[in-house]
Amino acid sequence: MKVPFEKLDKAFENRLRLQIMSVLMVNDRYDFNSLKELLETTDGNLASHLKGLEKEEYIVVHKAFLGRKPNTTYEATEKGKEAFRQHLDALEKLIKQQKIN
Amino acid sequence: MEEKNIHDELAAIRSVMERSSKFISLSGLSGVLAGIYALVGAAVAYIAVYNDAPPYTDNEVVGSGVTHTRDYSFITLELIVVSILVLVASLVTGFILTRNKAKRKGQAIWGKLSQSLLFYMAIPLISGGALIFIFLLRGYYGIVAPASLIFYGLSLVSASNFTFTLVKYLGLCEIALGLIAACLPGYGLLFWAIGFGVLHIIYGSMMYLRYDR
Repeated sequence: MKVPFEKLDKAFENRLRLQIMSVLMVNDRYDFNSLKELLETTDGNLASHLKGLEKEEYIVVHKAFLGRKPNTTYEATEKGKEAFRQHLDALEKLIKQQKIN
Repeated sequence: MEEKNIHDELAAIRSVMERSSKFISLSGLSGVLAGIYALVGAAVAYIAVYNDAPPYTDNEVVGSGVTHTRDYSFITLELIVVSILVLVASLVTGFILTRNKAKRKGQAIWGKLSQSLLFYMAIPLISGGALIFIFLLRGYYGIVAPASLIFYGLSLVSASNFTFTLVKYLGLCEIALGLIAACLPGYGLLFWAIGFGVLHIIYGSMMYLRYDR
């Protein structure tokens, strides 16, 4: 039987993207700085992967101001949540197959 | 993709979901210690109320027409001091142990989660505290034990969304205990000792065994 690698979402190939999506699955919104702290990454790295997810329409960006400081928050879209669930399903299937082999 | 990789992947997802949505640095050991402080405090209070009080015979002079009202003010003061000491000791212990655990778990002690946790805890605690204070001023001493248990339980239930589910069950137990205490006036200190002492020790050790190590 063929291993369904093609079902794994390319957008989640990167560990950081997968983690960003995981955070947005359990939190309605999450801001840039808290994400950076949680995932222990750099501004540039985080920003580029957020851009990538935004391009896939998996997340939406909300820009707002807290006083004079910009406060950018991110939210997962329905499309993104569905993609994440399918990705998890694919991972689950992979594990099951490896147990059989 | 290797099996090891998939497991790493899943572990990363799980850890980040947990760390981003739950304050997992709450220390179980501090719950156990808070319970022990509360039991010691309750014992001191018991001795103050039942031993240091002027002998009961003081009130027996009713026959002579002179009623001595026992002077409770020094006992009240002693009880307030004991409660404050227990509270401060528990808060300090909780803060230190939680800070250490947060460092170990790589979670910010003063972040989104701990702020939400404290905020949702504070609402029932402050409203309950104010209510108890008002009733105390009006002389309803009996309300202290049941109301403090019930409002403390409500604050735990309302904060439990941001931390371990065990906290919710501890809160529900406190509420139930508070309601029972309300039905049995006169046993306030006993229920207080069970709620703040025994239950904290039980749930604290469960949390310690499951999450602290």
